Amino acid sequence: MGLCDMNKVMSNKWIIFLYTFPALLLIVVLIVIPLILSGYFGLMDWDGIGAMEFIGLNNYIAALQDSKFWESTLHSFLLALFSAISLIGYLAVALILASKIKGANLLRKIYLIPMLLSSVAIAQLWIKIYNPSNGMLNSILMWFGIDNPPAWLADPSIVLYAIFIPIIWQYAGFYILIYYAALKNIPESLIEAAKIDGATPLQIALKIKVPLIMNVFKVTIVLSIVGSLKYFDLIYVMTSGGPNGASEVMASYMYKLAFSSYNFGYGSAIGFLLLIITLIVTVIIQKLTASKDEIQY
Amino acid sequence: MRRIGYILLYVCLSLVALFQIFPILWLFMFSLKTNQEIFAGNPFAFPTDPKWENYLKVFDGGIGTYFWNSIWITVVATVLTILVASMATFAITRMKWKLSGLVLGLIMVGLMIPIHSALIPLYNMFLNANLIDNPLSIVITYVTYNLPITVMILLGFYTTIPREIEEAAIIDGSSIHRLFFRIILPISAPIMSTTVIINMIYNWNEFVFVNTFISSDKYKTLTVGIQNFIGQYMTDWGAIGATLVISVLPIIIAFLFFSDKIMEGITASAVKG
Repeated sequence: MGLCDMNKVMSNKWIIFLYTFPALLLIVVLIVIPLILSGYFGLMDWDGIGAMEFIGLNNYIAALQDSKFWESTLHSFLLALFSAISLIGYLAVALILASKIKGANLLRKIYLIPMLLSSVAIAQLWIKIYNPSNGMLNSILMWFGIDNPPAWLADPSIVLYAIFIPIIWQYAGFYILIYYAALKNIPESLIEAAKIDGATPLQIALKIKVPLIMNVFKVTIVLSIVGSLKYFDLIYVMTSGGPNGASEVMASYMYKLAFSSYNFGYGSAIGFLLLIITLIVTVIIQKLTASKDEIQY
Repeated sequence: MRRIGYILLYVCLSLVALFQIFPILWLFMFSLKTNQEIFAGNPFAFPTDPKWENYLKVFDGGIGTYFWNSIWITVVATVLTILVASMATFAITRMKWKLSGLVLGLIMVGLMIPIHSALIPLYNMFLNANLIDNPLSIVITYVTYNLPITVMILLGFYTTIPREIEEAAIIDGSSIHRLFFRIILPISAPIMSTTVIINMIYNWNEFVFVNTFISSDKYKTLTVGIQNFIGQYMTDWGAIGATLVISVLPIIIAFLFFSDKIMEGITASAVKG
């Protein structure tokens, strides 16, 4: 009898509506509808203020022929590639850290600090570090007798790589923390068994620990690649895509089109393409990592 | 041999730590120096005569407004996010209805999407609703865009709440609202504190929405405000350093006190994806 009441109470339609409505309203109005509208606005010639004029797929066709769009896409994918490769380095640090190192807890806290700072503060700090004449980096280089150190952010051929260093600095602690947590979850008995069988620490790390946290590693691959494709704040503040587009990425190009050139129609089309590209890449990586999994078993 | 190996490993780990911490120490040091000392001197040196007036200059310049805006917007958005997310998570995990999976899926759409794809339509909506240059636009955007991650973190805990707790409450004649506000919310306090921390960090550091939707200085938060400041102080490194230190100090202090909770929150926000 009581249980019957219980089911009735817990499936009260009005209550369910009341509790989910605020969340649903916000998500639909401020996330789902804008995403769809972005594709729709992409079909318009529009300066953001005046009337829209329907121009069909012209913006999308223009984007495909726009070398600046392709360059920024290439830069975004380069960042994604760097980010994915650097995961191996983070994993190596986490493996060392998790192998009963004294002070591991303090170290991983230190590693994490940059992750907590705003991208704006990080960008401003690294602008100072990279300052050609008075920055920390060139002061150190000149100390070592390098007379003409690079101008880092002002040099189109290295700016993208220069920007990648603060990105590593920002995220290293985050990935190390995740790997460390996963490694600490491995049952001690497995490691002990391998030790008894005479496995070296390196063998234990590569043959036992890494395969056991492969699922976490796959999640971080998706996180880092998708995160890189939509990366914006730090680049926008450090170089705003310059010099001359050398560090432009998809999000910064879209932002510039919309909020500097007031080309809202074309900007929307680029924004929508960013969404499509991100979704496609997410699906592809998930497919790729899933199939590897099947081979393993 | 083994000993040397360990020492090498420690050297590696310490170098990484140095790389992570040194830029921040350098920032603290140059925030207390004069330009002369920064440009001519050794970047590793402590300030000979700490210039606290750099900080006074920044406060006189009006960073207080940005600071206050960051605080109230962060707090209001965090409280609202957690209330809305807890209610939705409760209905999705504890109540019986057919569409719960669909609704959860819809909320989770927000996890992976690039916010830039929604930015122009959002801007247009707020413009039509007269909410551009109004902090309300920032608060509701923060609440919405933090809902997916907050629900995701809460979800794990909510599914483990024993049925008996609900049964006992309902049989005792308690209403669902009472069950939710008096029983479920209090027992979810530990996981809620994790979401509070994640939300606070996200909101405190958010940049794009404020940069796009807010134009008046009186509503800007620190992330956008320090951009103005730094433009103003172009060549005064000490003042720029002080501005940056003021903007990052609250987070660093919070980390000193709540580091375990913060690490737990960051891990939870990533791995469950």
